[in-house]
Amino acid sequence: MSSYHTHITDVLIIGAGLAGERAAIEASSHGLNTIILSLVPPRRSHSTAAQGGMQASLGNSAMGKGDSSDIHFADTVKGSDWGCEQDVARLFCETVPIAVRQMAYWGVPWSRVVAGTKTLPDGRVIEDTKDKEGLITGRNFGGTAKWRTCYTADGTGHTMQYTIDSIVVKLGITVHDRMEAISLIHDGEKCLGVVARCLRTGKLNVYIAKATVIATGGYGRLYGASTNAVICEGTGMALAIDTGQVPLGNMEAVQFHPTGMVPVWILITEGARGDGGYLLDKNHHRFMPDYEPAKKDLASRDVVSRRMIQHMRKGLGVDSPYGPYLWLDIRHLGAKHINTNLREIANICRNFAGVDPIKELIPVRPTQHYSMGGVRTNIDGAAYGLKGLFAVGEASCWDLHGFNRLGGNSLAETVVMGMVVGKRIAEYALGATLEYSYALVEEKAKQQQERIDSLIACRHGREDVFKIRQEMEETLMDYVGIFRTGPALQTAVDRLQVLHERSKHIGLRTSGVGANPEITAALRLPGMIRLALTISYGALQRTESRGSHAREDFPKRDDANWLKRTLAYWPDGAVLPELKYEPVTITELPPGDRGYGESSASSKN
Amino acid sequence: MKNRTLTFSIFRYNPATPEIKPHMQSYQLDETTGMTVFVALNRIREEQDPSLMFDFVCRAAICGSCAMLINGKPRLACKTLTRDYGSKITLMPLPVFKLIGDLSVDTGTWFRHLSIKTRAWIHTNKEFDPKALEERMDNATALEIYEPERCIECGCCIAGCATANIREDFLGAAGLNRVARFMVDPRDHRTEQEYFEVVGSDEGVFGCYGLMACDDNCPTQLPLQWQLAFVRRKMAVAGLKR
Repeated sequence: MSSYHTHITDVLIIGAGLAGERAAIEASSHGLNTIILSLVPPRRSHSTAAQGGMQASLGNSAMGKGDSSDIHFADTVKGSDWGCEQDVARLFCETVPIAVRQMAYWGVPWSRVVAGTKTLPDGRVIEDTKDKEGLITGRNFGGTAKWRTCYTADGTGHTMQYTIDSIVVKLGITVHDRMEAISLIHDGEKCLGVVARCLRTGKLNVYIAKATVIATGGYGRLYGASTNAVICEGTGMALAIDTGQVPLGNMEAVQFHPTGMVPVWILITEGARGDGGYLLDKNHHRFMPDYEPAKKDLASRDVVSRRMIQHMRKGLGVDSPYGPYLWLDIRHLGAKHINTNLREIANICRNFAGVDPIKELIPVRPTQHYSMGGVRTNIDGAAYGLKGLFAVGEASCWDLHGFNRLGGNSLAETVVMGMVVGKRIAEYALGATLEYSYALVEEKAKQQQERIDSLIACRHGREDVFKIRQEMEETLMDYVGIFRTGPALQTAVDRLQVLHERSKHIGLRTSGVGANPEITAALRLPGMIRLALTISYGALQRTESRGSHAREDFPKRDDANWLKRTLAYWPDGAVLPELKYEPVTITELPPGDRGYGESSASSKN
Repeated sequence: MKNRTLTFSIFRYNPATPEIKPHMQSYQLDETTGMTVFVALNRIREEQDPSLMFDFVCRAAICGSCAMLINGKPRLACKTLTRDYGSKITLMPLPVFKLIGDLSVDTGTWFRHLSIKTRAWIHTNKEFDPKALEERMDNATALEIYEPERCIECGCCIAGCATANIREDFLGAAGLNRVARFMVDPRDHRTEQEYFEVVGSDEGVFGCYGLMACDDNCPTQLPLQWQLAFVRRKMAVAGLKR
């Protein structure tokens, strides 16, 4: 007799954020049975928190005139510091305009072009023309040559998620929320589904599927200070690497957002600087133009973050109990603009820091923000190493972002990849048959039940899950941050290895019964530490600086040795990831100078 | 200044252990600068009681996960600063919604039913043409849609609503606001009579007693009173034409 529910479906999607739901729509539209699992109700996904917007080269706004997928492509490749797959970037840039218009068709209330002249904060006068009035407009974002970030006032992620989810509801797609996949079921060649734990009751469930899709978002919460939602713990990536066969790509590529608000680390969107806000130091001096005369406060995120740290190291940050920080100034944009286009920011400042950004400066500091790395897939979203396994969105590395993602390219990636890969998933599932060994499924479920029972009975020890997690968070913050060095990274690897060992001896202090949060954390933590090790160890081995990966002991990009992608595997029983490398696909744009930042080959700074 | 010691009195019940009856449990915590109920609850869980159940996702008042009764009023715990309260704070789960355990309630399922019941998606006969430009829309119209669209489905309006507390089929302010969002959207081709089928009853807009606790309690300051009046007026007219 089995003690778990079994569900059988064509397509199983783990994660109900934008990428997962968009892929589900595609699969369902092909007539396939589709089930989505999610830690939380879909509309609570971290996708909703994206404030800024989605890049699409529509060329409708005055400052977007002449834009094209070619220019978007060049921005993306430069932004990635030539770490991305150029065939993927090309496919992406060609598809985004369709995706953004489809979102409009489904109901996103995109902000539209209003004809007339406007004076920008820097004094330039621009004119939106009558012929474009009513089309989808775009705002300015870091690292782009044109204004192409489509947005809905201050809540782009929210409106996109609600709209996509409305289509999921319309199509009657099954969503099992508060259901956490805790292990992939595979036979060494094919992925067959997952063992999942219900977060309402604590009971195990088995899902058998022709195609399984990881859409679980990023791993921001491995870091102590992250803009990410508390559910962004890299759960899907851990599932993949724990198979021993599926590699994670470029895990060392971690993006820090320049403006996390001190001390709660809630994101202040790049839209604030895109709309004319700028950074000030403790003397209220606008310092970014000193470092980046061309792009100023709107160089790419990795560059702005590093310049901020560099400036604070000169003693020009504002001192506080939370460490030094800098100011973001949007006061000159005026009450009307702040209360409509930047309302979400204004509310965050007021509610969480007691700051009124119309009159006061906002305290900010670079904060962990995005995971460029993830489950390595090919251009079809198919994971390396196992048939029938796919990944989409931030959880994946297909690899659009390389070593630095441009603002507005992640929201765009979710719906483009969901659309493109969703088709590939459907094709695969339509051609596949469901064959699996029941004994294998039983065995995998039993293994997970044993893990749970051991934790409850403290069979392997009584280590405190929350203490170990906190040490992991601090280790990454202190040694695997914005500027990296060999010795610091080695320290991180050593400490994380100790923590990894200790995590095998976690025992619960509570009963673990029902929706118990302690056991949920205890089941996740060992996988999280393995991810932390892939980040740290990958960063230690990569002896160059590229995009967000900035080695102070190797400050230049090294295309001769490192124009390649890290693939991290975790063989069964290993104490460190096994690293392999593969070449980066370069189809159109050979490596060159980004035009901003320090590490490019020909940079003079 | 000496930091205060806060006492949190928290509702406890785990449906998996029904033999332990619902009760209130007290926890003490030293207050820190800028402490929110999010910070406090996580510290209690990590330092004192890892069995304590509650929900947070974004901790930035965007996702709507963490609504609970704070000293009796429905509030988002993530944006509730302890400094605005006395040294004793009572936390209870939201009423109306099914209890998962302690402070965690199942708003997700409730709102899923709401979406299905109100058929909350764009109804159109047009096909999407991937080669065509987007249809034009006035920016003012886009902003008008966005206003009700901002609802984060946290459930504060439902928990504070007298009607929702006594009849479980009532759509509540969140439901009627959701309908209003589609009514102002020119892409949705539903007629007034079709909307009447959805909300023209006492489960819908005519069940509202006009007490307006929804408007007082909305953490995103949606003009719910206005939206209810808007839907009610439209439906009264639609009802007269039937």
